Amino acid sequence: MTKTKEPRIIPTEGYTLHLVETEKYKTTTISIQIKRKIEEENVTKRALLAQVLKSGTKSYPSSLHIHRLLEDMYGAGFVTSIAKKGDYQIITIRMDVSNEKFLLNNTQLLEQSLDFLAEVLLHPLNDGTKFDESNVKKEKRVLKQKIQSIYDDKMRFANKRLVEEMFKGQSYAQHAFGKEEEVESITAEELFDYYKDVIEKDEIDIYIIGDINGDEVGRKVQSSLRLNERINTDEAPVQEVTARHQENVVFDEQDVKQGKLHIGYRTSITFADPEYYAIQVFNGIFGGFSHSKLFLNVREKASLAYYAVSRIESHVGALFVMSGIEFKNYEKAVSIIKEQMDHMKSGDITDSELSQTKEMIRNQLLESVDNPNSWVDLLYHSRVAGIRRSIDEWIEGIQAVTMEDIRNVADTVTLDTIYFLKGEGQK
Amino acid sequence: MNETYYDQLKETLYSETLDNGLHVYILPKKGFNKTYATFTTKYGSVDNHFTPLGSDEPAKVPDGIAHFLEHKLFEKEDGDVFQDFSKQGASANAFTSFTRTAYLFSSTSNVKENLKTLIDFVQAPYFTEKTVEKEKGIIGQEIEMYDDNPDWRVYFGVIENMFHRHPVKIDIAGTVSSIAKITKDSLYTCYETFYHPSNMLLFVVGNVVPEEIMSLVKENQSGKEFTPPEKIERFFEEEPPEVAKKKSVIKMTVQTPKCMVGFKQATPKRFGDERLKYELGMNLLLDYLFGQSSDNYEELYTEGLIDQSFSFDYTEETDFGFSLIGGETSDPDRLTDRIFEMIEATKSKGIDTEAIDRLKKKKMGSFLRSMNSPEYIANQFTRFQFGDMNLFKVVEMYDKITTEDLQNILNDHFKEKAFTSCQIRPKNS
Repeated sequence: MTKTKEPRIIPTEGYTLHLVETEKYKTTTISIQIKRKIEEENVTKRALLAQVLKSGTKSYPSSLHIHRLLEDMYGAGFVTSIAKKGDYQIITIRMDVSNEKFLLNNTQLLEQSLDFLAEVLLHPLNDGTKFDESNVKKEKRVLKQKIQSIYDDKMRFANKRLVEEMFKGQSYAQHAFGKEEEVESITAEELFDYYKDVIEKDEIDIYIIGDINGDEVGRKVQSSLRLNERINTDEAPVQEVTARHQENVVFDEQDVKQGKLHIGYRTSITFADPEYYAIQVFNGIFGGFSHSKLFLNVREKASLAYYAVSRIESHVGALFVMSGIEFKNYEKAVSIIKEQMDHMKSGDITDSELSQTKEMIRNQLLESVDNPNSWVDLLYHSRVAGIRRSIDEWIEGIQAVTMEDIRNVADTVTLDTIYFLKGEGQK
Repeated sequence: MNETYYDQLKETLYSETLDNGLHVYILPKKGFNKTYATFTTKYGSVDNHFTPLGSDEPAKVPDGIAHFLEHKLFEKEDGDVFQDFSKQGASANAFTSFTRTAYLFSSTSNVKENLKTLIDFVQAPYFTEKTVEKEKGIIGQEIEMYDDNPDWRVYFGVIENMFHRHPVKIDIAGTVSSIAKITKDSLYTCYETFYHPSNMLLFVVGNVVPEEIMSLVKENQSGKEFTPPEKIERFFEEEPPEVAKKKSVIKMTVQTPKCMVGFKQATPKRFGDERLKYELGMNLLLDYLFGQSSDNYEELYTEGLIDQSFSFDYTEETDFGFSLIGGETSDPDRLTDRIFEMIEATKSKGIDTEAIDRLKKKKMGSFLRSMNSPEYIANQFTRFQFGDMNLFKVVEMYDKITTEDLQNILNDHFKEKAFTSCQIRPKNS
């Protein structure tokens, strides 16, 4: 088996640099991850900060200036985003830039990108006490619209509702985009103060993947991006979860055509655990693929749905089922899904289900490293979990999973919440 | 086997057209784990009126049948093909567009077995009344899923506004009542007409040795019998240049309104380099008019009329074409008017060459970036090839486009009578 390259990790004052030298892409990807545990009072502010950081810097004061610069850099990609990974809310700032060797004239694109990103991070447009008012105003509107669009996409809406119900009272219940009603009242001063705190305290990781000279690039980053040593990197406290004695059933009504059935299960296993491999295979057999039990039984046999899938939320110990069904088929679908989970628990799994699933997960992992962004995502998972798990180790871990391992992890899986979004006035 | 080296991209493309008419293309990618293959027929949702193979009479088939066929091809007498792929560590999928149906897999091992599985399952239909009936429930749910999706509704809404008769206005999956009419016999009719190797293209990209792949495909094909290639007769009614409807409003359970405006292409009759030039010119022009570095974008963003969902696109296929511009907005009517005004203003102001040069650089960079993606390469190459265009000539063609070309496209395409707007509004407003 070919070995997958592992990043060189260079601890630097204030951040950690991860470099992957590979010739397979025509671009270089730079991804800055800024991590802090979810703070209920700051969730919306942090989402707004991710927006404002891309809207203007000292030398490029508006999005217009930034976009013209990016075009000149052969259409370099530049995005910021906000997401949750377990109990952390993470800001990502990412650039993709063409590798100079494919361009006719000799532009120093990578160097230019690193300088630009350093400016985004260290010199966003401000007057010493606050961010630029008009940029903040624009981005507030955009953030509100982003939050509203979750409601408009019923699959995402149902996901959000299930998470809210299942994690009531815990920080994971917060949506990464924050709350619509909090957006307006955030001032440019407050946001700037929060930004200073973030730059001072948050744990920052920088990934650079491409056909690069690691030593050179490492030195370049270290000279253009100077940050203070982090004082205390906060570890999100492990949230105690007690299994419910009775399943929690929640119905919402909206004027929609298709019902969205989302079911949440708990497991005590998370990414950092050695049993993680087994729970990943468990999920694959249950609902991860088109050979899985959910696909075969809900869709192919009963013809109830177009999609019926499951996925695991690696860092919080949860497994979610999602399916779109006719309202009147609710009982039928729930009972088929429960029945399939019973099969999982009683070990009613064939050897071929096991081997197919392992093959598919292996394939997924290997495919991920063909794309620079999903590769960074894989690497960062380990970082968030505070462990080192190389891709090769991961693949070997999956191959080694036995039926007995699956039976053992099955015992940790318990039904928590059934959420159903149904049509108005539907039974 | 032909071999073409593209210097700037540092890529070599291998190709051959086999005796039975099948077009085969192979692009090796060093350092990649994955191999991605698509097997595509030039047959999509718009092909609902044609002369079936072996018949003299033109026939009309139910809406949504191309997509239905795509679903049903995965099912065989001894189970479904997904199982075979996953045993071989591959993930398989398929999609149907207006003009194409593509079957695909990606895998990091057992590439040859997977490729054989792909070709064999597409070339061995197995339809029964029973399995056809069962699929109606599944596709019915797929249709309802899209019915609740405002992005999809506004996209189809504006296309529906544009066309009087052309089948591009019909949803790709059809409707619950149209698919009710599909039978195993109508599926076989479509299959036999459109799945002849001469109407199909196989593209393999990834960690492969071209010679080995080509000989595998040849050997596989020489073991099968096909009728001699025949030209397929497809019928489309005449479509006037003006739109059928200037505006439509759809009420849905959403919080933010959406608005999509579009211009219908009056003369979608280009092929080859001419279409390539027009299409790339349109892309440049739309970016010039409404891209993130344009004054218009900045104005609309500042006026609070658009957000990050704002986008634009140009589609041209044989016999139909349109440009689309829009996204979420607080005021659909105002956005519609502003977009039209801005285009008119550009017509009289003329085009700034310096901005175009900057945009050309951007397009070249983006194209380079898309060369990282095997999916993009295979799907786009196929689409281009079906229109007699070459994906790998994109950079070269961008270089050739002049400001005058763009001015011509601007005047030719963006006409008042070709303009229409579709809006999604919250139900309780």
